[in-house]
This record gives sequence, C-alpha cells and structure tokens, in this order.
Amino acid sequence: MRKSSPGAARGPRRRPGRIRRIGLPYLLLLPALLLELLVHLVPMVIGIVMSFKELTQFYIRDWGTAPWAGFDNYSVSVDFDAPVGKALLDSFLVTIAFTLLSVGLCWLIGTAAAVFMQDTFRGRGLLRALFLVPYALPVYAAVITWVFMFQHDNGLVNHVLHDQLGITDKPSFWLIGDNSFIALLTVSVWKGWPFAFLIVMAGLQNIPRELYEAASLDGAGMLQQVRRITLPSLRPVNQVLVLVLFLWTFNDFNTPYVMFGKTAPEAADLISVHIYQASFVTWDFGTGSAMSVLLLLFLLAVTGVYLALTSRGRRTAS
Amino acid sequence: MRSIRAAATGAVILSLALAASACGGGSSTGGGSNDSPKELTYWASNQGASIEIDKKVLQPELDKFEKETGIKVKLEVVPWSDLLNRILTATTSGQGPDVLNIGNTWSASLQATGALLPWDAKNFDKIGGKDRFVDSALGSTGVEGQDPAAVPLYSMAYALYYNKQMFADAGIDGPPATWDELIAAGKKLSKDGKWGIGAEGSNPSENIHHAFVFAKQHGADFFTADGKADFTGDGAVTAVKQYVDLMAKDKIIAPGNAEYAQNQSVSDFAKGRTGMLLWQSASANLKSQGMSEDAYGIAPVPVQSGTPGPGRQVNSMVAGINLAVFKNTDNLDGATEFVKFMTSDAEQKVLNTAYGSIPPVKAAQEDAAFNSPANAVLKDTLAKSAVALPQVSNESQFETAVGTAIKELFADAAGGREVTTDSVKAALTKAQQQMPKK
Repeated sequence: MRKSSPGAARGPRRRPGRIRRIGLPYLLLLPALLLELLVHLVPMVIGIVMSFKELTQFYIRDWGTAPWAGFDNYSVSVDFDAPVGKALLDSFLVTIAFTLLSVGLCWLIGTAAAVFMQDTFRGRGLLRALFLVPYALPVYAAVITWVFMFQHDNGLVNHVLHDQLGITDKPSFWLIGDNSFIALLTVSVWKGWPFAFLIVMAGLQNIPRELYEAASLDGAGMLQQVRRITLPSLRPVNQVLVLVLFLWTFNDFNTPYVMFGKTAPEAADLISVHIYQASFVTWDFGTGSAMSVLLLLFLLAVTGVYLALTSRGRRTAS
Repeated sequence: MRSIRAAATGAVILSLALAASACGGGSSTGGGSNDSPKELTYWASNQGASIEIDKKVLQPELDKFEKETGIKVKLEVVPWSDLLNRILTATTSGQGPDVLNIGNTWSASLQATGALLPWDAKNFDKIGGKDRFVDSALGSTGVEGQDPAAVPLYSMAYALYYNKQMFADAGIDGPPATWDELIAAGKKLSKDGKWGIGAEGSNPSENIHHAFVFAKQHGADFFTADGKADFTGDGAVTAVKQYVDLMAKDKIIAPGNAEYAQNQSVSDFAKGRTGMLLWQSASANLKSQGMSEDAYGIAPVPVQSGTPGPGRQVNSMVAGINLAVFKNTDNLDGATEFVKFMTSDAEQKVLNTAYGSIPPVKAAQEDAAFNSPANAVLKDTLAKSAVALPQVSNESQFETAVGTAIKELFADAAGGREVTTDSVKAALTKAQQQMPKK
C-alpha cells in the first residue's frame, strides 16, 4: 500500500525528490495514526454503535444479537420529565456547578501562589516542592486519606471543626447528604490546584523583568502590576490551562468513585459516575452509551466554542 | 536517500502489522470446550475476615484437588465490591474464569445473561444429583422452572448477635424476640456513647436484606407474581420505614452508621460499642476481631409478634454463595469435576466450618460440627423461617435501586431530617422508576 502525495498528480517528472519529501512525513505518521485509531477512535465508534442498541442483561453476552434500538436510548436520556432523563439533567447541573467552582478555585489559588512565589526568598524551593505534593500523589491513596478525614465518627475534619474549634454544634456528615458536595469540591481543588500553579509558574518565567521595573518606576503598585502586566502576559497560558482543567474536572471519575463508591449522594452525583451507574448498576449499557455520546457532544461543543472565542480574542488583540 | 526509504518501508510494515493484529483477537461466544484440560481459574468471593484468610482456607483444598485430579486451580479471591462488575465484564468480553462464586441472590439476574452453565439433570448427575442439596438453598439458584444457574456452596442466615455482658449490665434478661422488645432493649443499651444495635447504612445489599425481611413480616413483596417491580405498596413502605426508624425514631442506631459500608458495624459490635448486631454467620468474623465465643449470644432475628416461622413470621433471607461454571470455559470437564469436589461431603465440612456457614449439602449438614448452639439457630432459621430473595432477572437492579434509596433515607435520618411515610414512599417511587422497563 503506497500513499500518493498531492504533488504526484501535478508533475510526476518534474521534482521527484519533492514527492518523497512530502510523502515521507505521512508515512512516518502512519503508525501513530493507526495506534490512535486503535486506542481512541475504535472504542469511541463502538460506543456510538452501542448507544443505538438495546444492550441489556439479556444481550451483553453476545451483543451482536442485541436488537437495534434506533434513537430510543437517546430519547430516554433527554426526556427530562421522566425519571431517567431528570436524574441525568440533575447530575449534569451538579457537574457544571462543581466544575465551574473547582476550576475557578484551582486557577485562583494556583495563580496566586505562583505570583507570590515569583520573588526569590529563603525556602522557596522547598515550598514549591511541597505545593506539588498533591499533584504527585497517587489518586487513590490521596482520596482515600481524605475519606478517612471526612468520616463522621473518627474523622480529622470533624475533630477540628467540632471538637476543637466548636464551629458546628454537632459533628457533620461529609460523605453522605448535602455536605458531600463540599467534601468533593475540597478534594478536587486540593488535587487540581498544583497543576495550575505549575503551569502559571512556567508562564511567569517568560515575562521580562524589565516590564515590572519600568512599571514600578512609573509608580504602579503590586495590584496594578498584576492586572496590567502579569495577567495579560499569561493570557495564552491561561487559555490552555482553563480548558484542560475544565475537561479534566468535568470528566473526573476517580475522585467521586473512590470517595462515594458506586452510589454517590445526589448532591455529589457527578456525571461520569452517574453514567457508570446507569450502565453497570442497571445493566443497561445501551442507555449508558447514549449518555456518554451526549456528554461527548457537549464537551466537543464547549471546547469548540471556547477555542473559537479565545482565538478570536487573540487575533483582535494582536 | 536510501535510509529514508528504509525508514518509510519500516513504517509501512509496522502499520500494516498493527492493523492486522487489531482485526485479530475477539472471543468465541459459543459453549465451553476442553481445550485446556489441566488448568482452571477460580474466582472465589471474600468469605473470611480478609482476602488473605480466604487464600489460607482455600489453597490447601485446591492443592488436594490438584493431587487427586492433576488439574491446577488458579485462585483469585475477588472482594465483594468488585465481584459483580468483574462477572459482568467477563460476560461481555467472554474472557472470564472457569468456575466462580456468585452471591446466591444474583442467580436469576446472571442466569438471564446466559453466561453461566445451566445445571440440567445431566450436569447434576455428574456431581451426585440434585437431591443431595437442601431445598431452601436450591430455591436461590435461579428463576423457578428453569435449570439452576449455579450450585449451592455455602448457606447462611441472619441471626441476632448480642453482647452478654452489656445485656447483663443494662438489666436485660434475654435476647429480644420481637421488634418492640428489641427497641426496648436498644433504648436501655443506648447511653454513654454506646448504642443498641449496628447497621450498614451505606451498603445497598445489606439494606435490602433487612428491608426484604421486614416486608415479608408485613405480608408484602417487592415484586408482583409475574416479576414486575412493586416497591411502593403500603407493606413495602411500612417495612422500609420500620427499618430506618431504628435510627430515625427509636434512636438505637448511632447516626454515624449511616455512612458504614465496610462492615464497621461488625467491628463496633466486637469492640463492645454496640450491644446487638443483625448479621449472617458472623462467628468467624467476630473471632478474627478478637471477640471470644462466650462473650456473645446468638438468637433468631425478631419478628413482629409470636415466633419465627413461614409466611409473616419469616426472619431471614436465604443467604449464601453459589458455585457457577462460566459457559465459555475451556475446561468444561475439569470445571464440573471441581464443582463436584467443592460440593463433596468432606470438602463441605472443611469449608463451611472455616467460614462459620452451614453446608447446603444434606449429608454434610448432619455432621456434629454444625450442631453447636450457634449453628443450631442458623440451621433452624434456614429450615423453617428463611425465604429466598425474589428470583427474577431484575433482582440485581432491585438491590441497587432500593438499597440506595434506603441509604439516602439513612442519610436523612442521620442528618436530623424527618423520615416520614411520605418521604419513604417518595424514595421508593424514585427507585421503582429507575428499574428497567423490560
């Protein structure tokens, strides 16, 4: 199998060396492309096919025999008056609120820490390393530790808030009920902000010191400098950072799953676990797949709009 | 130039190879074969206090089997939190173990997938016949009227475990026989940081087992006769409310139990933090947590009034573990041979003694080892007042949907929110709406 390059049609005799040079990158990319197909696209296509099948417990063993369901799985998922659709919508809204808060806080804490750590001082290296610990820890070990701390009877959180500080009149539940949202958010931000810190710190290295010196000569204070120099210079970095944090947080499965197991409390029912539950707990993999496809479309749309908006902003700025 | 061409050729060959290998793989979805007669993979459920303990119990027996038959059994003990998912994944992919343990309540659900070898008369003959097993255990092996999806391996029943010292200190004469007596005893025990009874509020299956028994005692069921979900009848609502009320209204369960799902209630009982525990075959577990057998008594689970028996006097589910053969096995004869070995009289004695369960095999049950007072209660319950959970294909979904609803009700109770008939009914209505339509 030989790839013909665009140049081949125009003048095969004219510059033979050029054809090879154009064809070669494609040839070298081919293994990567096929692996990409294998690892990413094939499962995605299978998932899309599954979403059009009635893949319940009676067919999972040999799912070639599962009957086609048309758009049934989709109409069940988006029928917001019926229980399944309503639960999905609720979960979606919880996830949106959770993601916005988590990404916002991660970015804020990460950026603030990076800006304060810009000047050299004693112990800066140590602090930088310390800040990265949550990011370096294995997810399971870190989250399970938080679960222990959030326990009602013997948890550290209640010990501090209730026993020592007396802020709450009785020990609170963090892993069940409405507080579980706060618990989940806390762990997510704790786990996510070091990444923002790392990326912003790298971005800060590219801002010339002279800008700050000139600004302070002109009488600009710390806040002015951050607003007029740091943030505009970080703009391209932030664009990518926020998008990546958004996608990671929105799709995060490990944190809620380790914290709450298969059945998350409603207040912390993130969509990834919700879809998992819709597939594995009810053994209805068709509907689960349909929900996944809807989620995929949503994230594609958000990413597309975000990139379009930010790149237009960049073009007008330059 | 030559090196570029070589690189390009290499790239093409590599990608073709990858494409070819991608098309391979897959699995046959037909029946079993005998392609690898000298090896078996066995997924055991976690019966002992830990997975390590299970390995210690099972490995010597598997070695015995290898000595007898020359078949090597690869053992994997799968924790309960993963077992059903692992089985579902194995079913979907066709890549699974040869022999596996299943919770007996899943029998009908897994039977519907067609992943397990049906135990028709011919297969039963290979392991000595169906009538070797007791009826109550056979009642939890699949939909009635179909060939069982699995063979009973261990039988268990719920009993009331009570701390003798704590009962004496609180001036309680003996174990309660009715729920009213249990609540009264619980109130006497619940003081100074100690509590009447424990519960696994965040464990859906555990919630279901209790709700099911309460429902039976109110003459209700969670499924109609033709297998349709029916969670919202008055009896079912009363049953669930009565269970959650032990925490919400009677306040004899510590609120913290609402987040228990890792058998913390057994530890609490072993450490004397709670005076009572409703559990299935807890002896081995309590022993491994350092509670001596003299420290606690075992009594039948309470009923509404009167004494345990059939009908409304039911006081336990038929709990237990079944042994199943994966239909895709590549060692069908070996797998059957292994089931025969595990259900033989001798092995039944060894295994059920180690796990504190009751053998579902009649001959083994007669053994003196299973006539201790503790086992007498369990045996009696199984024989007279235990009922199998509904044997319908949606059983597994029911466990999760209703079990989760009860988990949320416990969370309400723990958080100080009122649990009313209406709120229970609303929770059960939601659970019923989540059930598959077909």
